[in-house]
Order: sequence, then structure tokens, then C-alpha cells
Amino acid sequence: MSIPLLKLENIRHSYGEQTVVNDLSLILEKGEIGCLLGPSGCGKTTVLRCIAGFEPVVSGEILINGNEVSNAVFSVPPDKRRIGMVFQDYALFPHLDITANINFGLHQLAKVERRSRVDELLQTVGLIDVAKKFPHELSGGQQQRVALARALAPRPDLLLLDEPFSNLDVNLRERLSIEVREILKNQETTAILVTHDQHEAFTLADQIGVMNQGEIQQWDTAYNLYHRPASRFVANFIGQGVFLPGKVLESFQIKIELGVLTGNIHQERQEILELYDQGSQVEVLLRPDDIVYDDASPLKAVVEHKAFRGADILYTLRLAGGSMVLSLIPSHHNHVIGEIIGIRLEADHVVAFR
Amino acid sequence: MNDESFGITTKNKSVNLDFPHNILSNRYRRVTGWRLVAFFVAALVLIPIGVVFSSFFSPETDIWLHLVETTLLGLLINTFWLSLGVVVGTTLLGVSLAWFTAVYEFPGRRFFSWALLLPFAIPAYVTAFVALGIFDFTGPVQTTLRTWFDSDVPWFPDIRGRLGVIIVMTLAFYPYVYLLARNAFLTQGKRSLEAAQSLGLNRRQGFFRVALPMARPWIAGGVMLALMETLADFGTVSVFNYDTFTTAIYKAWFSMFSLSAASQLASLLIIIVFIVIFLEQQFRSRIRYAETKISQHADRIKLTGWHTWAVTGLILFVLFFAFILPVSQLSFWVVNSYTHDFDKQRYLEFLWHSLSLSGLAAFLTCVVAVLMVYSVRRHPDGMTRSAVRVATLGYALPGSVLAVGIFIPIAWLDGQLSGWAMQLFGVETGMLIQGTLVTMLIAYLTRFLAVSHFPIDSAMQRVTRSIDEAAMGLGLSGWSILQKVHLPVLRTGIFTAATLVFVDVMKEMPITLMTRPFGWDTLAVRIFEMTSEGEWEQAALPAITLVLAGLIPIILFMRQTEKTS
Amino acid sequence: MLKRKASHVLAALFFFNSFFAINTAYAEQVVVYSARIEQLIKPMFDAFTKDTGIRVRYTTDKEGALLARLKAEGKNTPADMLITADAGNLWEAARAGLLMSVNSEVLSKNIPAHLRDPENAWFGLSVRARTIVYNTRKVDPTDLSTYEDLADAKWEKRLCLRTSKKVYNQSLVAMMIAEHGEAESEKVVRGWIANLATDPLSDDTRAMEFVAAGRCDVTLVNTYYYGRLMKKDPNLPLAIFWPNQNNSGVHVNISGAGITRHSKNEKAAIKLLEYLSSKKAQNLFADVNMEYPVNPEIEPDPVVAAWGSFKQNPMNIVKAGELQTTAVKLMDRAGYR
Repeated sequence: MSIPLLKLENIRHSYGEQTVVNDLSLILEKGEIGCLLGPSGCGKTTVLRCIAGFEPVVSGEILINGNEVSNAVFSVPPDKRRIGMVFQDYALFPHLDITANINFGLHQLAKVERRSRVDELLQTVGLIDVAKKFPHELSGGQQQRVALARALAPRPDLLLLDEPFSNLDVNLRERLSIEVREILKNQETTAILVTHDQHEAFTLADQIGVMNQGEIQQWDTAYNLYHRPASRFVANFIGQGVFLPGKVLESFQIKIELGVLTGNIHQERQEILELYDQGSQVEVLLRPDDIVYDDASPLKAVVEHKAFRGADILYTLRLAGGSMVLSLIPSHHNHVIGEIIGIRLEADHVVAFR
Repeated sequence: MNDESFGITTKNKSVNLDFPHNILSNRYRRVTGWRLVAFFVAALVLIPIGVVFSSFFSPETDIWLHLVETTLLGLLINTFWLSLGVVVGTTLLGVSLAWFTAVYEFPGRRFFSWALLLPFAIPAYVTAFVALGIFDFTGPVQTTLRTWFDSDVPWFPDIRGRLGVIIVMTLAFYPYVYLLARNAFLTQGKRSLEAAQSLGLNRRQGFFRVALPMARPWIAGGVMLALMETLADFGTVSVFNYDTFTTAIYKAWFSMFSLSAASQLASLLIIIVFIVIFLEQQFRSRIRYAETKISQHADRIKLTGWHTWAVTGLILFVLFFAFILPVSQLSFWVVNSYTHDFDKQRYLEFLWHSLSLSGLAAFLTCVVAVLMVYSVRRHPDGMTRSAVRVATLGYALPGSVLAVGIFIPIAWLDGQLSGWAMQLFGVETGMLIQGTLVTMLIAYLTRFLAVSHFPIDSAMQRVTRSIDEAAMGLGLSGWSILQKVHLPVLRTGIFTAATLVFVDVMKEMPITLMTRPFGWDTLAVRIFEMTSEGEWEQAALPAITLVLAGLIPIILFMRQTEKTS
Repeated sequence: MLKRKASHVLAALFFFNSFFAINTAYAEQVVVYSARIEQLIKPMFDAFTKDTGIRVRYTTDKEGALLARLKAEGKNTPADMLITADAGNLWEAARAGLLMSVNSEVLSKNIPAHLRDPENAWFGLSVRARTIVYNTRKVDPTDLSTYEDLADAKWEKRLCLRTSKKVYNQSLVAMMIAEHGEAESEKVVRGWIANLATDPLSDDTRAMEFVAAGRCDVTLVNTYYYGRLMKKDPNLPLAIFWPNQNNSGVHVNISGAGITRHSKNEKAAIKLLEYLSSKKAQNLFADVNMEYPVNPEIEPDPVVAAWGSFKQNPMNIVKAGELQTTAVKLMDRAGYR
């Protein structure tokens, strides 16, 4: 088996008394793009800075390419780790023009090689025209690309991206994250991204770790994080949904107000199921797409609130028993608030927590 | 009442939905105001400089020919080497000390970081005199060596030579560079250095390729001040009897009684400095020095092993020669001879005069410097820029020449005023402006504006333009932006400027001598009285009082900056 | 709000008012611009005020600055009297028309003719003699004779000189030019430079210290510097030699004064000038700085008297001013720094 490019083993970091990273482990294979996703203050940036070598670890160890770079007593300086980093504020050198910024990390190459590498990157990020400008003369998106090009120039083993798109407007964010993924994949770069924006994480990353309070709650693909969250926190943090009380039935089914959920619990979430004894009370996660509009359905709900989303409308519905659910309904079904509509449960995956 | 000219547009403060239009109209209306400030101050400085240049109307071919035939070439060579030496020396010393105290942690770091400013409180010519007294042929060092070896010690370096002057001036002027560079390093934030590290540069490479270039406006400002001070210096070089261009200026004036020839020579100094400033600013015109975001400061790096010793050793070496030695010598003289001159009442008066004048001058120059820097920011056009450049040239002139340049127009104005008073009211008014503190303060302003301008200007480089735009978008007017957005960021720059001007004014002699009102003697005047008849030992008392008084702003300054950093 | 503003304005007015010097003309006062420093002139002013009730206000500065100031102020000058520490600047002030001619019997009587302006624009008040000081261990005083002799090759590497930028050396050479002519004087100065043991020094005291330490054997200094140095360390192997006693005499300069052309208090100013030449003030001159009183009737300080009497150069000191520029140029040509 090949050695993983990045391996964190039980790393812990604290500022004084306060532990910000707690026994965190993860593995990233070569060529993979990983992401740490979490609300602000969850410790994700600190993990990134530990990987970069800007922060020491209190215990645990970090290995890059199988070489130990950080442990409790020892830390390889950042400049010896063969990493590249894209900072949240880009940290472009204001006193250097774009070419010089990209060229900055290439100090070990011969002059000719440097020039061709800079040209190549300018090409890659599409900034040939502004090569002689200074950072302050560029737009935010252009600065972002320069930051990326600069970090990629020395062909780092691992690229670290710290909230790289948070300073950009939404449209640009989406476009750039697709672009960046393409660039990274073309260059076969292993990268790890830190963000609080799930869409960014979904577009860019192969593997996403949802972090809370210094710990990774779940390290998984985007699909699984959404449909098979491992914890209440992940379920809450990723996507929308509500929890409804339910009761575990004999046939591994869960009964809730809207009916009985069978789904594919048995195959997919066996481990969860085992935790819940028959007859015990659980809470079931219902995503807006788990409830569909059905005029013919006997099950009725009152429209409490609606949010127009373009193709769909997100309805907040009150059930007879008083609980609220969300439902994503195509927007040509335009109901008014207070109207009673028919709904149907259509859940493929059942996610339940005690 | 002054809304139009100074851009106080309080009425537009209320939130206006129509704000883009509002911004435009405000900007248009403010154009005249901010530029006027720059032009007015520039004109104020230009008058004395104009007086100096007007000397070319009375040609002094005779003296010029004489100088060209005899000493001029030698003087220029001397001046060139001295300037080069001081520029290199102050840069090396100032930047390295600033870097060590701003970035590293070692025993005594806090103490050293402000102690390294202390030499600034000692007038350069005092350091020079003490250094000569100790290391020259008759001094204790060489005398002891002669006794040990029982023969002459011709291998002992001649302190009266070029190298001696350069060393003494470097020790006296490095605080300009130190203070400004330190300011730059402290406000730099760690992000750029981290970026450099992530690109495979170690700390040392990061210093040379990122921290140093990004501190350039500050370092250049400090070095410019040291250079101007060197070019204008007369006291130090005359203690060494090292002839520079300034020597020729004073020789033409005092020995050949030609103020015109002196002024003509002095105007060349202005031209040289103007060219240097122009080139420096031209070179970095497009470059910016603001980081996109001022991030937190880097944690200090602990020095270990011999590095600690090397850094501490360097600092102690500098402190010893630039401060401890001169102060010890002064203290020794004071103990020996203070009874000759000590009069508590009078010394309190000198002290009060020195402190109040320096304080007022520091306040005034800083206010004006902020206004000028701000007006360039609002209107970065050629005219405003040149006006500001011109306004800082007063520092390049030898003090006495500038003093005359200031005095002549003021005396003229006074003459006109009293003439009108006579005509209109039949009253004999005598001198109205001259002999008042107002004259003095204007004179200090014209001389020391450069000293306050450089630190504040470079601090302004740290403020990104988007901040201004954001503030304008929130409906703030010119004054409010300055007050709420810029002043807090400029704080350290302003404190630096105020400290430098305060201490500089306290040491200043020619302008103080010429423009002080009757009885307004200061510590510097007292030093002049003593030294002009060669009574150096008696000058020790006012000199040491001056040094002690100079500690006040330095300590205040350090407290302020420690608080912010 | 308005009230607060008004009070601010008032406070500011008070503040600024205190900045303005009071220009009220006193009935009896004299305003002096002095290049002679405060502690060497204040005792005489104090005595004058005590004896006459006339107030003396003074400000000190360098000669060049005071002259420039008088010129700029023109007829509005508040100054009544100009005091300098050398003759050259008084001559220049007179040449520039800044001084008025004063005819006073008292002054003519108290001050020898060669120490005042022939046109009576200025008057010497104290005498500063520039003489030879030598190392008693290394020089036989019989080898010493004149200023000019120090150019002789026998003094090679034995001479120390103060810089030519000091007015006392300029006056000395100017008087030499007046006596011997330019060519002859230049030869002498070149001879001095050839004999220098070390580069010219920045002041008289240092020059004597070099002689005492054996770096050189002889130097030229003003006597009061010698007095001060010996007072500090009486054991120094230094002694005074009075040169040119068989011909022109010892070169003397003066510290002197003149009344400004636009003086508003002419009478009081003349009174002060006369007072300064009087016995009482002359005694003070003798005491404060170990200079020689200009008034021949007054004995110098006992310490000074002990150096012996000497013959002064009787040529009018006005020559020092007239020829100063010539002297400076000559010294530049001769490489005297």
C-alpha cells in the first residue's frame, strides 16, 4: 500500500488553556483534494496552520510523504515542508509585481526555468495580460488567481488553501472554485482546503471533514455528508432539515407522524440500527427533499412560510400534530400561506439519532 | 463657515440613499480645500527657500572663483564620502537594531528597544566632542596606551579622520532609521513573512526579500533624515575640523561676510536633496506597501546561544559609545564644575522653555504633516505631490541659513505692518510678529516638517485605499475619514514623528537663537553660550539636563507603542 | 454649545497673548544684540542697571546671524547696541552701515586709538591677545622669537595650529598682511603648514593639550584659554611666550561694541557704551574671562598680570576687518584648513 501524502495522527493544539484542536486524525492520498469544513472558531484554520508548520502541535504527529514534520517536541520549519499556501487575504507581496510574486518561490531554479514556469502559470490562471501590474491594481478574483499561481509555482507536495474564496462575491466564488479544481486536478496537486462554505467544499473537494470544536465529526464524501450524516452536528451543519420524533419498530422501521420509514436502513446504516433497540424513541432527520407534494395524499399540512428559490419553493409546513417540516416543491406549485396542501413522504435514506 | 475650503460637510453626514452621487459631489467640492492646505504649507516653506535662492541675484563671482580654485573640490569629495558613510552606517545599524528588537525575543529586549533611542537625545556635536576628548591623542585611551608601551602608538587610528566623523555621526543619527524601521517591522504583520515561508524561504531570506523591501518607505524616510541632517551639519564637522560643503557655506558667510555666497552654496544643498527625494519617490511611485489586511503580529522568535550574545553585544556596544560614554563624561564634568553655573530658578526656566517650545513645535509639525499627507492621499496629482516634496526641504538647509531665510521675510512684513500702522493710526508699533513665539513656531515648522512628514507619510502607506472608499461609502466626509479611519492607523507614525521633532527642536540652536523672544533662553541656547567660548565642561550641565528632558518624550513614546503592539 | 466655543476662543486668545513679546517701550532701556556670550557680559549689564537704573535687554547669537538680523530689520530694529567678540564683524557691521558714529570724549579717553574704529563706529572693550604657548620640557624659549619665525624649517613637525576657520587666526593673518603684504604673509602661512605636526585642531584648548602631551611643541592661542587650562591643571608643562616684542608686537583682537544706526534709545546706549569703558566695568571685563581690559589704566586680573606685560601691535585693528577676506583666501590657497 502506498504511503498517504498527508497523515495527521491524534494531533492536539492549544492556545494556553484552551484546546482548539483535539485528537484530530486524517489521511489524504496523493492527488486527492481534502477539505475541512466547519463554522468559524471550530479550529479548522489552526489545523491548516499546524500542517503548514506555523503552529506547533502539543501532541500527536503530522507526516507528509511519510516523513514526520511535527510532533510534540519537534517541528520542521514551514520553508522545509514543500508546501504551498493560499491565504485567505492572499498575502500577495504588495511591493512586487505579478510576475515577481509568482516567481518568488522559484529561487532554487535556474533563471530560464523560472521564466518558463512563471509563463506557464500565468497561462494556466489566465493572467498573462496583467503580468507587469502590481497586486493593488488587480481585481479580487485576479488577486486570488495570482495567489494560487504563486503557491503552485514551486510544485509543492501539498497545497493548503485557507478560505481562499471568502473575499469574493458569490458568482465569482462558484466559478473560481470550479476553475481551481480543474487546475489542481490537471497539475495533479494534492490539496487541503479550509472553508466554512459547504458549496465551496462540495465543488472543490473529494473528501470533506466536518469539524466542530476541534474535532472531525465525519470524514467523507459530499454525498454521504448530506445523506448519511454521522452526527446530529453534521446533519444540522450540512444542508437543511428538521428532526421529527419517531419510534423504532420491530421490522427495523421507524414510525413517525408522517408514516413509517423503511428506506434502506438495513444495508446502509447497520451500525446505527444496532444502537437502537426495538421500541426505543429516536429522532429522524427529514431533508426538504424527503417530503414531496402530492395533491392526492391523505396527509395534509398547513403552509406556514415560503421562500422562493427559483426552480423550487422551500415551504415550511405545519403538521396536524404541530411539528414543522420543510419541503422543497417545484415552484409552479405556488401555494399561499395558510393553505392546506397534501404531502407524501419519499425518503431514500433514513437518518435517525437517539 | 469653512465648509467649502476644508471639506467639513457635516450636513451630508446623514445617510443618503443616493450616495454614489453624493460621494462625487463631495469629492468635487473638497478639491480646493485639501490642496490648499498643501499649497499653503509648501508656500510657507518656499518663502525662506526662495529667499535663499534669491541670493543668485547678487552674484559673488569672486568668492565662487576662489572656492573653485582652492577648496571646493576637496569639500565636495569630503561631503560625498561623509554622506555615503553616514547613509550606509545608519542604514546598517538602524535597520539591524530595529529588526532584532522588533522580531526577536532575548533578555532585556524591552529595555533595549527604548534605550536604543537614548542616543538621539544627545546633540551630535556633544558626542563628537566627547569622542575626541577620549580617543584623540591627548585623551585617556591613547595616553594610557602610550604609558603601557612606553612609546608613541602611531598604529592607533586617527579619530579626527574621515572614519571618525562617519562613526560619530552614524552613532548620533542612526535613531532616525532605527525608529522608523522598527515602526515598519512592528506594523508589518506576519502574513507576508508566512507567505514567504510557505514558498520555501527561511527567516533570513524572508527578511531580505519581504520584510526589508516592504519597510522601504520607512527606511528611506529615516535615511533621508539622517542624510539631510548630515548635509546641514556644522557643529559636528567643526569639532572634527572636517571640512564639508557646509564649511564653505559658513566660511563664505562668517569669514568673508557674504551671506549671498553662503546662500548660493546652500541652495545647491537643497537641489541635491530635492533630486535624491525625487528619485527615491519616482522609483517607488507605483509600488504599494499596504498589506491587504493588517494581521496580528508575529510571535517573537527566541534567540538562543551565541545569537543572543551577538545581538546583546551589538546593542551594548552601540549604547556604550553613543550614550553611556558621552553621558558619563558629561556627568563627570557636571560634578566637577556645576557650581559655576547652577542657578535652580534659571535652569527650571530653561527647562520649561525647552519643553514647551519642543512640545508646541512637535504638535504643530505633526498636525501639519497629517494634513499634508492626507491632502496628497485625496489628491495624488503632480502639483500636490510636488508641493509636499518642497515643503520638506527645509531640513536640508544648514540651520543658520534657514534661520536667516525665515527672518528676512518676517522682518520685512513687520516693517510693512509698522509702516501701515504709522500711516493709518500714527502709532509707533515696533516689531509686531518678530520676537514672538509665533515666529519661532513657524520657523520650527519650516525646518522640522520633514521630520514629522516622513514617519506619518510612511504610516499612511499602510492604509489601503479601500478603507477610504468604504468610509466614503458609509457617508463619512473628509474630516471624519481622517478622524475616524486614518488617525487611529497613523497613531504610531504620529508618535514617532512627535518624538523625533520634540527632541530635534530641543537640540536645535540657530533658529532658536535668532528667533527667540527676549529672555526665552532654552537649554540649547545655554549650551551655545558655553561652547561658543570653548567652555565645554560648563556646557555639561545644560547638556545633561537636555538629555534628561529628552528622555521624557522617548519614554512616553515607548509606552505608547508598547501598548499598541 | 456656543458658550463653550466662546470660552475656547477666549482661552486660545489668552494663550496666544502670552506668546507675544511685550513691545512696550520702556522710558529708559537699552536693547543689545550680543555675540559675546551671556556670562561674559551680564555682570557688566547688571552693574550698569544698578548704577543708572537703565534696563538692559539683550539677546545672544553668532555674529553673522546678528548682522543678518540687523540688516533685515533695517530701521525697525529694536537693537540699540551690537557687541561682538572680534573686530572683523564690527568692521563689517560698520561697512554695511549698521552702526552710527559716536563722538564721545569718555570713549576716546578710555580706549586707545588703535582699538577703536577711526570713524568712531565701534569701540574695543576688552583685549584678546594671541600669543605663543610652548612645551617647557621641549622648547628653549630663547629659540622662540616671532609668529613669522614659526614658519622656519627648525619647527618642522613641531607646530600645532587651530583651524583657519576661527576668526582669531584670520585676524592674525590679516594684520600680518597689513604689515608685510600678501606675498610675504603667504610664505609665512605656507611655512606654518609645512611645519604642522598634525592636522589643524578645532580649538585653542585642544591645541595646548597637544603641546602638553608632546604631540607638538608650540602653538598659537588666545591667552585666556591658556589661563583657563592652567587653572584646571597647573602642572601642565606649558608657558606663554610673547612674540614680536622687538618689532610689531603681540597680535591683539578685541571684543567690542557699536551703537546701531537706527537705535531708538541712542542716549542710553551711549551711556552704556561709556560705562563699559569705565573703570568699574573694565575691572569686571578683566575678572570674568582673564582677558585684558582695553582701558590702559586698569590692571588685569592678578593671574593674568603674572604672565608679564607685553608690547601690543599698535596698528589699528580696523585692518583685521578690512583684510579678513584677503586673509581667508590666502589661507585657503596655502592649504591651511
